[in-house]
Parts: sequence; structure tokens; C-alpha cells
Amino acid sequence: MANLKELTHREDRLEGGHRLCAGCGASIAVRQVLLGAGLEPVVVGCATGCLEVSTTIYPYSSWKTPFIHNAFENSAATVSGVEAAFKGLKAAGKIPADKKVKFVAFGGDGGTYDIGLQSLSGAMERGHDMVYVCYDNGAYMNTGIQRSSATPKGAWATTSEVGVAQQGKQQRRKDLTQIMAAHNIPYVAQASISHWKDLTMKAEKAFAVEGPAFLNIFAPCPRGWRIPFDTTVEIAKSAVQTGYWPLYEVEDGVWRQTVKVMNRKPVVEFLKPQGRFKHLFAPGNEALLAEVQTDVDRQWDALQSRFGSV
Amino acid sequence: MSKWDISGINEWKSGEFPLGAVIPESGNSRDYVTGGWRSDRPYRNDDVCTQCLLCWIMCPDSAINTENEEVTTFKLNHCKGCGVCANVCPVNAIMMVPEGCDLPEVK
Amino acid sequence: MPTQKTVAATGNTVVAEAMRQCAPDVMAAYPITPQTTIVEEFAGFVAKGRVHTEYVTVESEHSAMSACVGASAAGARVMTATASQGLALMWEELHIASGMRLPIVMANANRALSAPINIHCDHSDIMGARDTGWITLFAETAQEAYDNTIMAVRIAEHPDVLLPTMSCLDGFITTHSIDRVCIMDDESVTGFVGQYEPQNALLDLENPVTHGSFAGLGGPFFEFKKAQREAIERSRAVINEVGAEFSALSGRPFGMVETWGMEDADVAVVVIGSTAGNVRHVARQMRDSGIKAGVVKIRCFRPFPYAELVEALSGVKAVAVMDRAESFGAEGGPLFLEVRSALYDRTERVPVINYIYGLGGSDVRLELIESVLNDLSEIAAGAVAPDGLVYLGSR
Repeated sequence: MANLKELTHREDRLEGGHRLCAGCGASIAVRQVLLGAGLEPVVVGCATGCLEVSTTIYPYSSWKTPFIHNAFENSAATVSGVEAAFKGLKAAGKIPADKKVKFVAFGGDGGTYDIGLQSLSGAMERGHDMVYVCYDNGAYMNTGIQRSSATPKGAWATTSEVGVAQQGKQQRRKDLTQIMAAHNIPYVAQASISHWKDLTMKAEKAFAVEGPAFLNIFAPCPRGWRIPFDTTVEIAKSAVQTGYWPLYEVEDGVWRQTVKVMNRKPVVEFLKPQGRFKHLFAPGNEALLAEVQTDVDRQWDALQSRFGSV
Repeated sequence: MSKWDISGINEWKSGEFPLGAVIPESGNSRDYVTGGWRSDRPYRNDDVCTQCLLCWIMCPDSAINTENEEVTTFKLNHCKGCGVCANVCPVNAIMMVPEGCDLPEVK
Repeated sequence: MPTQKTVAATGNTVVAEAMRQCAPDVMAAYPITPQTTIVEEFAGFVAKGRVHTEYVTVESEHSAMSACVGASAAGARVMTATASQGLALMWEELHIASGMRLPIVMANANRALSAPINIHCDHSDIMGARDTGWITLFAETAQEAYDNTIMAVRIAEHPDVLLPTMSCLDGFITTHSIDRVCIMDDESVTGFVGQYEPQNALLDLENPVTHGSFAGLGGPFFEFKKAQREAIERSRAVINEVGAEFSALSGRPFGMVETWGMEDADVAVVVIGSTAGNVRHVARQMRDSGIKAGVVKIRCFRPFPYAELVEALSGVKAVAVMDRAESFGAEGGPLFLEVRSALYDRTERVPVINYIYGLGGSDVRLELIESVLNDLSEIAAGAVAPDGLVYLGSR
């Protein structure tokens, strides 16, 4: 795999001049994925969302590679169709049989965990030669920070408000990475923009496999998380160091932790800087805060027991 | 791939646009300026910079130029001044300085 | 001239055969009654290696059309088939397919929409999709379903058009009944449909393009919609041209509007789909008892052939419009609204009566059609037309 110096020789497939917010984690994720993808041509699909609208505002496109957006819930199905066309046109003799092209679909957590889950599950089960990348920022940011099934418990969002009757989101988040691992596809990984080496390595593996691969990438949203926009990468790093977002992969059914966390820090270090968790630190919410830590510990331990196992 | 001339686009009739809202040129947002969003601009002190390239890989706006495996200039037409580069720099070689103030030569 | 063989086959079988002959690069489909046997038969062609098609067995109709959009944008010739709830689930994607100007060809086995759930024929599904920007052809018979499917490819892919096209046939009545059908030889169909030359193909890697851009920030969205209107208006000439060429090849007539007995008709029935045959049969019988009845069959619903329709109906004294779909709360069914609107510019007013019939496969007996023609005959002679629409044969 390539180091940073080597990566500078590759073309950045996402051009600047897009209109994502300052400090957006999604574009960092896209750049790292596509730099890791290697040198073969890549066709990109994208679900409706911040990334899509901000990078394709007519008549400007930030994509330096073929790009398609269809709708919100169907980037996986759409890219599966593109990949099928590639095979069909090869069979028709219109594309040389030895031509190699890679296919990737991006979606946010709303477009992936929620409305696009069926489309994603179907495409992965069918075995298309494609990578699906979820950039997880834990809410519907494009429509204004509504809760999704990726939103952490206790987080404020505009549809999981904070008040006397309720302290933010009342449910636990869904573990999509493990759901995708249960599809028994060749490669599934969880990565974070803060760990570029781990992320680009995972992207390289995902693009190299024949068949479907899934990457779930932690990509903070300064606007939705109520954090300063220079701290996007810092907060992502904190998520990894507190065990909130473990970095691991499932390769042909083998679970492996890719970044070890030696002295796992308390989850409050991840929560405290974020305005969306402010209320958890108010008097009376001690039990809720403790519950967040308990959940992280429990999930961490459950995951540890899978590493090295088949 | 040829340049898509959109200079007269505001006068184009319905039949003059590429079909189905296709954008026939890739990456033409390079012509769109988002630098005006910025209130602070990055300034890098080359005496301190170790050329670790972390700022380059973490830039959300693809706004750091490289040459011969080293960072060179900031693309100030795209840089939104988020400060991620300064924040991730392990040796504090980059600082964010307010737009419009007197600066040493900006890189 | 092509070699044609006459077979006894269902509508679905010959639609699948037409699709095989048109050789799509991709088919993405999902089972739904009464369409399923189309995609089953096509899957058989794939398994036997009789087509080069990449067959995508999607997990829903929404994904079927989503995959079709992706494949068509990629530069492939793409087909699918659906019905009823499946078409309804695709609704969002139908607009996207036409808005992105993708010449996807789809067969629809016309079936009622829930609730209550019902698997039998009516046109609620397709009429619910009438404003999605798809060119929409209707078949009366299995033969027309076969012919329409082949013509659909040429129409959709025509450079003046580039719009998705539907080939609709009545669920069970046409899809599952065995009918006599002339099938052309493969070479003739291949020659007729030709090769698809895509524009702005996603898989043209030397010229990377962006499909599905965001034209919503003061962008030219309005102009893109106007371009769609201009394309479907241009399709009228293309449909007639392709129809004429196909007629010459097959020896079978084609018109966006097809008429029977209209040369001297006093009263006329406007109808879509399989019921047209029964209406012709009854009209023929009633001519024996002195009622000069004619029949106007709509074979292309979008674009709607209003000029042809007005011409066909010139001189009649009363018109019945038979709708196999509701438009609840409107003045009448979807076809009625089109027909009466088309007749508005005529100087001479003619009574137009709307009959809603056959919803959810409800039987359309010959005596019901006879009652329509009797009503018309009386209205033409000066009787008062019914106030509002008539549910034909409903309790």
C-alpha cells in the first residue's frame, strides 16, 4: 500500500470548488477513498445528500471521474445497474473483454442505514463487483440535522430534541457494519477519516476484491455536531481513541482489529467537545452519560471477542 | 476532454442544454470560487514544516497543491479557511490568519 | 421481407420474445403478477445463452428501475417489465428516467392498484404514471404487445426523442391468454431496431460526465422540463414514422389512434386495450339493428393523439369514453378528461359520456357494451345525457 508521498502522485478525483461546508468530513472521506482506490478508472455513484448536492450544482461538477446521482435511497441499486451495463456491454463486444473499471457508490448514513438499506442489502447480496461507502456523520445533515438510525443515543438532533420530557435521541444507534458483515461479502470495514493510512489501505482492499465490498467511514459534520470546523479530524480521532468507533475489517469472514487502542479513553472525551451532547453534562443526566459509557464498553467487548475468530 | 463553454448559459434556450442536465465536463468546479467564504487564511511556515503531508490528505477542499511529493501552495480560490490543516499539523507549521491583515508572503 | 411464423402464445411470452430479439444489454427486473412470466421467460433465454443480456435480479421494483437508470446512463440498451404495485413503487424513478432522458423500454401488465389488493386488470397503475414523461403504448392483443415492444425500442432510442417508453398490455386478459401471433425472424427485428448509440455514456471513460446533477439553485430546471415537453412533442412524428416502417415490414397496420366504422358513424366509443375487440364486436352487431356505431381505439396514450382523435370523431353525434381507471374527484376518468379536452376546440358540441368499467378485472360483458351503444344512440337522437359518470355494471 502507498504512503502519503506516493499518494501525491495519484490524481485527486474530487476537485475543489464544491460547496460542502468548511471542514466537512464527507469530502475528506471521499478523497481518501478515491486516492486509495488505485489507478484503474473508477465510476462513482452517489445518493442524494450533502455530498451529492454540493459537488454537482449545475453547471459545475467536482467529479473528475464518471459520476451518477439518481435518488436518495438507491445509490447501491443504481451503481449495480452501471456495473451490470459494463458486463452487458462487454458481452455485446462493445467494451473490450480485458477492460478493468471499478465502481463505487457513496451515501450518507441517512441514505445508507435508513432509506437505502434495502437497496444496499440487495446489491451486496447479488454480488456486484462494486464498493459501497457510507460516510457516517450520524444524522440527516442535508435536510437540517434530523436523527437517523446512526445517530448516537442521547444526541440532540432537530427531530430528537432536548427538553424536560426527553434528553435527545432515546434509542441506540444501529450497527450497520456488522449488518453488512452478516451479508458474508468478501470485504467489510469500518474506518475513520482521522486514520488516513488505515482508511486508504481499506479502500485499496475494498477495490481490489472481486465482488462487493462495504466501507463504513466515520466522517464528522461540524455543523450538525456543533463543533468548531477546524476540529473535524480531531473529533474523529477521539471517536477512535475512546472506542466509540472501533477500526476493524472483516475479510472473507475473518474479523481483525486494524488499529489497536491501548489505553481506551473515557467516552466523555469524545462527547464533551460536541454541542449536540451538551445536555448530557447537565446535572441530573449523570445516569444517561454513564449509560453511554456502558454501551460503548459492552459493544467494544463484544467486538473484541470476534477478532481473530471466523 | 474538451472544455465546456458555459459563458452564455444564462441565455441558452431549452434545446441548447446537454440532455437530461448532464454536465459534460468533469471537475469544472475548479472554475467556481469558494475562496470568498473564508475569513481566515492558512499560512505555512516552511522553516517549521516537515513535509509530512497530513494537511494535504486531510483537506476537505482539495485545496493544497503538491509537487515532487511536497506541499507547495494553497489554492486560495477554493480554500474555505476551515483550519483543518492547521489543526492536524503535528508541528504547528500552519496558522490561520485573518483575511486582509498584513502578512508575510502568503503561501 | 421478414420471415414470419404464426404461433399460439400468451401476450407475456411474445413480449419476452420481442425483448430477446431486441437484445438488451441489461435487464433488471422483479417478479409481480401478472407480469412475472415475461421476466421468467427472459431468464430462460439468459440461462440458455440465447441473449447476451446481463440480468439483474433486483430486490424490488424501485431498485429495478434504479438499476435500469444506472445501466442506461452507462450506455446500455435496457429493458424491464412490471405491473401494478410494482409500477407504483417505481413512480419516483419513472420521473428520473425521463428527466435524465434515458431510453429504457418497459412492459407493463396493466393491473389494479391496492386497496383492496386485486391482481386483475385495470388501468389504474398506468394511468397513475401518465404524467411521468414516458411514451406509453397500449396493446389490444398479444400481437400488438409484441409489435409495440419492438417499436418502443426504436421510438425511445430515436435521437429526436430519447425518452423511456412503456409497452402496456392488459393483465391476464392479454398477458395470459393464448392468442395467435405472428413472430418475425430475429434478423429482421435486429435490423429494424438497429444499434443503440448512447449520448454522454457514463462508461465513456475518456470523456467523464456527470449524470443527475442538481439544478435546483436557480439553475435551468424549468428549461430541462421544457426540453422534455419538446422531445415528447417531437416523438409524435417519430412514432408515426416508426409505425409506418414497422407496418411495411410486418404487414400489420399501426396508428396512434385506430378506428373501426368511423367513416359513417353516428355514435362512437373511445376505448383503450383489450376491451376494444369486444366493443368492435358489439358495434358490428348493432349496425345490423340500424345503429351506426364506430370504435376509436387509443394505441398511444402519451403523447396523447388529440388531433387524430378529433379527426376520427368528426361528424359523430355522441361519444362514449370507456375508462378502466378512476381519477377520484375529477369530472371523469383519465381518458375521458383527455378526450373531452381534445374536443373542446370543435365548434360543434357533442355529448361525451364517461363510463368507468372493469376495475380490478370486473367482467365487461357484451350486454354492458350494448347498453353503452344503446345509451349513445338515444342521446344522439335527443335524449338527455346522464349527469356525471356511469359505473358500468357496478352495483
